[in-house]
Amino acid sequence: MSINLSSKQRRYLAYSIPVLAVFAALLFGAIMLVLLGANPFEGYSEMFIGAFGSGDALIATLLKATPLLFVGTGIVIAFRAGVINIGAEGQMVLGGLFATMAALYLPEMPAVIMVPLVLIAGVAGGALWGWIPGALKAYYRVNEILSTIMLNIVAVQLMAYLLRGPLIDPAEIERGTRIPQTARLVESADLPILFGDRLHIGPVLAVLCAIATYYLLWRTPLGYRLRAVGLSEHAARYAGIPVRRTIALALTLSGALAGLAGAVLVFGSESHRMVTDGSTMGFTGGAGFNGIVAALLGGLHPLWTIPASFLFGGLIVGGQALQRAVQVPSALIVALNGLVVIFVVAADRYRAKLLAVDTREQTSTEPGSDDDPEDHAATGMGVVHDAAPDGTHSFDQEGPS
Amino acid sequence: MSEVFTTAVMIAVVASAIRLAVPLLLASLGETFGQRSGVLNLGVDGIMLLGAFTGYYTVLKTGNVWLGLLTAGIVGLFLGLASAVIAVTLKAEQGISGIGVYLFGLGMSDLLFQKLVGTPIPIDTFPAVNIPLLADIPYIGEMFFQHSLVIYLAFAAIPVATFVMNKTTFGMNIRAVGEYPDAADTLGVSVSGVRYATEIIGGTLAGLAGGVLAITLGIFQQNLTNGAGFIAIALVYFGAWRPIGIMIGALLFGFVNALVLELKTLEIIPRDLSNIAAMAPAIITILALVFVARRFRAPSALTKPFTRGK
Repeated sequence: MSINLSSKQRRYLAYSIPVLAVFAALLFGAIMLVLLGANPFEGYSEMFIGAFGSGDALIATLLKATPLLFVGTGIVIAFRAGVINIGAEGQMVLGGLFATMAALYLPEMPAVIMVPLVLIAGVAGGALWGWIPGALKAYYRVNEILSTIMLNIVAVQLMAYLLRGPLIDPAEIERGTRIPQTARLVESADLPILFGDRLHIGPVLAVLCAIATYYLLWRTPLGYRLRAVGLSEHAARYAGIPVRRTIALALTLSGALAGLAGAVLVFGSESHRMVTDGSTMGFTGGAGFNGIVAALLGGLHPLWTIPASFLFGGLIVGGQALQRAVQVPSALIVALNGLVVIFVVAADRYRAKLLAVDTREQTSTEPGSDDDPEDHAATGMGVVHDAAPDGTHSFDQEGPS
Repeated sequence: MSEVFTTAVMIAVVASAIRLAVPLLLASLGETFGQRSGVLNLGVDGIMLLGAFTGYYTVLKTGNVWLGLLTAGIVGLFLGLASAVIAVTLKAEQGISGIGVYLFGLGMSDLLFQKLVGTPIPIDTFPAVNIPLLADIPYIGEMFFQHSLVIYLAFAAIPVATFVMNKTTFGMNIRAVGEYPDAADTLGVSVSGVRYATEIIGGTLAGLAGGVLAITLGIFQQNLTNGAGFIAIALVYFGAWRPIGIMIGALLFGFVNALVLELKTLEIIPRDLSNIAAMAPAIITILALVFVARRFRAPSALTKPFTRGK
């Protein structure tokens, strides 16, 4: 399959590929719905209405999108620096715990001081939980995928321990119910409400973080260093960039944003307390993983991650509406979520490839037009092969393998 | 304290450590094949969960534990194949796509359980097979020789895996593809073919591991594995990509888990601190990773999709 595309068209196609992947996953979900005896058309229309169909739905979507955007922005930073952060789940938990402890132990203060303080505490918790795998990778060459997964496990146990023990609501002990949750946290730490009774400043903060991250990555020397390390560690080291410190910093920043997401979850929640059901996802709603998908949907660009998070937030809110409407177990949503991750990640290489072709055409000299595919394959597959001289792009051809 | 660690308790702990080690061991051995060939499969836990449910459901319906094990393995095989399509053919970022497989398995196994079973009904477990003579040795017999057949078979798989990896052409190809895919490719070894094979082996073993877990416990519930699949992946690093190292790691983790369980039942650990104790495996793993990373090197093509000539 070869298609002639201008570079602009290719760029648009590149950005639409992850969205197409989401649709492919939903198609799979439709088959599952049929097997479960539910009507997929009814299900998906309920889903759309549940996500975007009313003011309340839009607010719910915005609130669901908020942690995705924080985490997704952090994922972009890590990715751009060449590290994968699978630990946002744990980092969110630590952010939530630090922020909760700040609210519990700090003296009573006016909201204008208290709100920033608890959010900073959340940032600190997440940053710590990002710094550990970052430093382990940078200085001890420990694979960050494994260390972050292990730290997720540690975080969930730490949360269960703290919320069952030291931080538990004294009323829970008096009543003997012992639900692992804190008391209602101080009102001065509640996130200010922008509109209605639920929409707090969280979404605005998340958008500001995404914009700031864009600025950081493309307009500051630090961002340049982060991206340089991600593009080529070797070249970055040669250029005198402190590679190890930069890698540790990338995961720390990534964790800090996830921590902020955790804090916003606690103080923007309707109960204004931290609760656990004994899993990370019970607290995060899976945002630590889904933030990765949002970032990929947004093409690993902080600004595109904003609409991507909104879309994905809608998918989650709508998924819950779908599950209620057609009465399938909520486990379906987890399974569907998994499919979305798989499809978006699998499609991502094609997106990256389309964009790579773009830069190639502008910067590199073209190989001779009489080269057959065999030769391209031998002289540098992937990007070069795709940038066939006549500007064609082959989707399904990986060369003769 | 001294009356707690009686001989009877220690025997029970060792015996249960061996049983708890087996699902980790099987899943981890499977993951080793994949990683040695350059593929990191993070979806092991999801495959284990679906294998566990399938095994559980088969035994529930047929009462045949071996049929349960077989179906668990078959489900694992197909999920291994799917993982290979995602990682090898579609070249997805392995650090993330596996999380998708995990979430899919987590949700799907729970969904199927709720739809097809609903309330947890206990099933038959593997019958114990006492090894003649050895099982009668005091203490030792009870610890090592009164297990079910699958336990013995799982341990027998370790020398087999070592042999396959080190002494057969297939094993050489796996290692070549994981270290120098370009060179292997030049010599006519199909990089994709080998990686498909190792992912299918890995998936099958993960499915079996889940089946063993469910049929040993005689029960299924939401998130039955509780992250065992992730520990199994870490064990591959822990064991420095060698079956024997993996066995030691699996036994160590089995022992830690058995000890924590036993101390909990004996109420030595206060309820409040049980969460702290549950952190132990993850923290040990992180420390072990630091140690291993200093001495051993991962297969150089690990997580790198192969594209000819690149």
